[in-house]
Parts: sequence; structure tokens; C-alpha cells
Amino acid sequence: MSVPVVGILAVQGDVEAHAAALGRVGADARPVLREKDLDGLAALILPGGESTTIAKGLDRLGLWEPLRAFARAGQPVLGTCAGAILLAREVENHPVPTLGLLDCRAARNAYGTQVDSFAAPVDPDAAEGLEGLRCVFIRAPELRDPGPGVSILARVEKRPVLVRQGSLLAATFHPELTQDPRIHALLLA
Amino acid sequence: MGENGNGKTTARSFEIKVGLAEMLKGGVIMDVTTPEQAKIAEDAGAAAVMALERVPADIRKEGGVARMAAVEVIEGIQRTVSIPVMAKCRIGHLAEAKVLESLGVDFIDESEVLTPADDQNHVSKHSFYAPFVCGARNLGEALRRIGEGAAMIRTKGEAGSGNIVEAVRHLRSVCGEIRALTTLTEEELMAKAKELQAPYDGVRYVHEHGRLPVPNFAAGGVATPPDAALCMSLGAEAVFVGSGIFKSDDPASRARAVVRATTHWREPEEVLGACRGLGKAMEGIEMETLAESERLANRGW
Repeated sequence: MSVPVVGILAVQGDVEAHAAALGRVGADARPVLREKDLDGLAALILPGGESTTIAKGLDRLGLWEPLRAFARAGQPVLGTCAGAILLAREVENHPVPTLGLLDCRAARNAYGTQVDSFAAPVDPDAAEGLEGLRCVFIRAPELRDPGPGVSILARVEKRPVLVRQGSLLAATFHPELTQDPRIHALLLA
Repeated sequence: MGENGNGKTTARSFEIKVGLAEMLKGGVIMDVTTPEQAKIAEDAGAAAVMALERVPADIRKEGGVARMAAVEVIEGIQRTVSIPVMAKCRIGHLAEAKVLESLGVDFIDESEVLTPADDQNHVSKHSFYAPFVCGARNLGEALRRIGEGAAMIRTKGEAGSGNIVEAVRHLRSVCGEIRALTTLTEEELMAKAKELQAPYDGVRYVHEHGRLPVPNFAAGGVATPPDAALCMSLGAEAVFVGSGIFKSDDPASRARAVVRATTHWREPEEVLGACRGLGKAMEGIEMETLAESERLANRGW
């Protein structure tokens, strides 16, 4: 069986941490900066970083439509933190342009500044297989007002932190910053 | 440390501090002195801004004691932008650091650019909820700061000089010493720790992983898009620009161009594109004309 290649949007952010996480589930990583980099990918990751910085880069590179086309073709996409904001249908504070693929509103820095960042385990009502998952939140956003097609896979302190809509996965935390491979495995499942 | 009863880890833990440093990789952090400048930086794609009273070039020119920025300026910048806001405190000034933490600043730069408050000791950074970045000229200095709790290291370079040579020297030194450490045998590590005057745990980590335990950024003298690309190609994971943006002819264009060159440092065509239509860069200073006593990099140890 050939090794799946997963693209990581490489405008800015923790691309390297995601590449290491992909290694833990037996996938290869390819940085994505151009439309042609999307060819032949098994899945795509929109990493953590600064959503304004990444959005400006997508403007300059003309990557908004190619990314939308990739996701609309039903290929798996995982957005973490800034990546989850970029997937959302809109941003309710400090607006940035988004892909508008995930039927949720994103609230940026919903927990406060860095001094309010934290890590915590998922609530006991998490989806099967995600029990006890420890989530690292860095100036994290919140996904609010999910539409009917969105299922909440995990919450922390009753707030949604991992959602799925078809082939899209969005995490407001950073699975790439822990050694737990479950979220990256879910992307490839 | 940083753990409470219900399995929750707070911002005090090293993991959470380094987490924000990880998010800034591949980005540009720009020095700003007003909310208006912060907006220009954010609009240009900066990954964070650094709030300070005066940019290093002006500190150098005007002299006097350089301190933490005015609280109102920092708050104005925090209200204006959504990207992380960093701010500088004086070396060893733990009360300035506490003020910045209380303001909810996202990263504290314990910086040689300001006038040191303690000529013997740096701030003990472990007990803070806010993460710290510190400057270093070599691996020993980097590991001493990490030993004190720094969650990000940047080269000192020579701030406000518009001259990249010192940042290059410091990057080559840190990265070269890291490479050399990986080739040592187990029994040579303690002698190396003694030579570097660095904590043994840090030396051991670098030996095993071939990298610092925290992100390694470049700072001090970046004035042009190729300066930023050069730092990235020498192993920096992100770039700080101090005076280089707002001491140039056209700050908005230059800020965008430095961001572009940092993202695309591997692609000469993109760096070329970033060099077009920028107007004049800041004035630079030849290192030979700077007396040892005028060199900011000599502050701290």
C-alpha cells in the first residue's frame, strides 16, 4: 500500500508540528503554497498560526478558490485553530475572510489572550474513540451556532472544540502539539 | 507546575508557552510604537507586533534610559489589532514584566534594546503566565535563558543598526554549535555544558534532538526582504523587524514585502518580486563605527 501524502498549507504557522504528527500516523507531508501542490493529495491540513496573516497570504497567492474546490470535491480537510477559523462560514469579531465551507460562526480569541491559554481533557460525552483526548488551546477561537449538517465530536467545559461536517474536520485546539495521533488518524480514516 | 486538580494545565506551563511560539513560525513580528503603526503591520500580514516606546534606531540616536512602553500605548495597540501583542521589559526588571503580564500581553521580550535594570540577573520566567522571548548570541546564552524559563529565543543581532551582519553571526553561532553538539558522545556532554556555561539538561536536549527545546527566531538588523530570507535560510524559524519597517520610506509596502520574502524564502523569484517598488531602506550603520559600549548586544549575558 502506498503512503498517503497530506498537504499542509504553508503560508505561516506550525507546519512542522503537523508534519511530525502526520509521521506518527504513517503519512507523508507536503507543504502547499501553490494550486499545483494540491495535486494527488489524500487530504489537506490548514494549520495553526495567525488567521489574518494566513488570509493575506491566500489573497496574494490566489489560493482561496483552489482550496474551496479541493474541499468541495469531498477530499478530507482538517483545520486546527486558525485553520478552523478559515473553514468557518463567517467570523464574528475581528473579521477575516474565510473559505465559508463549515456551517459555523468563528469567534476569535474566545478564551482571552495568551495568559488564558490552557490544556484540558475532552468532556466525557466525546464521540467514541476520543475518550480522554487532551486538548491544547492557544489563544483559541470558538465555533458557534453550528448548522444542521455539523456534528459536534467533542467539547471541553461544554464548549464545542471538535466538529465534523462531511469530509471537513475543525478543531479549535492543537492536536499537532501533543503526541496523541487520534485526530490525524481521523483525518485519514 | 501549571496543573490543577481537574487535569487542566494553565498558561504557566512550558508546553502552553512554547505553543504560542510554535504558532508564530514562518511569520514576521514587527516593532510598533503606536496603534496606527500596529494596524499597518497587521494589514501587511505581520504574525504579531512588538509594542515599544521608541524603535531601536531612535533609542540609539536619542540616548537616555529606554524603558517599557507607556501602558496606554500598549492598551491602544491591544484594542486595535487581533494578532498577538508582545511588549519589551528591561533585562531583570521583574516588576515591568509583571505589569506587562497583568495587561494580558501575549509575549514579553526581556530585551537588551532597553536599558538593563539588573546588570547581574535576568528575570526568573518560570512562574509567569505570560511567555518570554530573550535574545542570544550563542548556544550557551540561549540555553541559559531557556533555563530561566524563556519559551522563545531570538538572535540579538544589533538592533537599530540596519546591518544584518550581527544577526547572521549569532544565527551561525547558535545553529553551528547545535550541529556540533549532536556529534558528541554521552560522556562529553558535561564538559560541553561547563564550556558553554549552560544548564546540563538543555545541553542534553540539544544533543538528543538537534534543535533548541523552543523556537529559534532572528532579530536585530533586518532591513530588507532579502535580509529576512537570509535569516530563514540560515535556520531562523521566523523574523523580528525593528526599525527596518517604520524607519523606511514606505512602511506599508516594506512590511508586506518582508512578509512575502519570509514566507517564500526558498523561492528567489518571490524574494525578487518583494524587492520591487519599495523606496529607500532605513539608514544603516557599519559595525566598525560602533564602539563596544554602544553595542546593544553586549547587554545581558
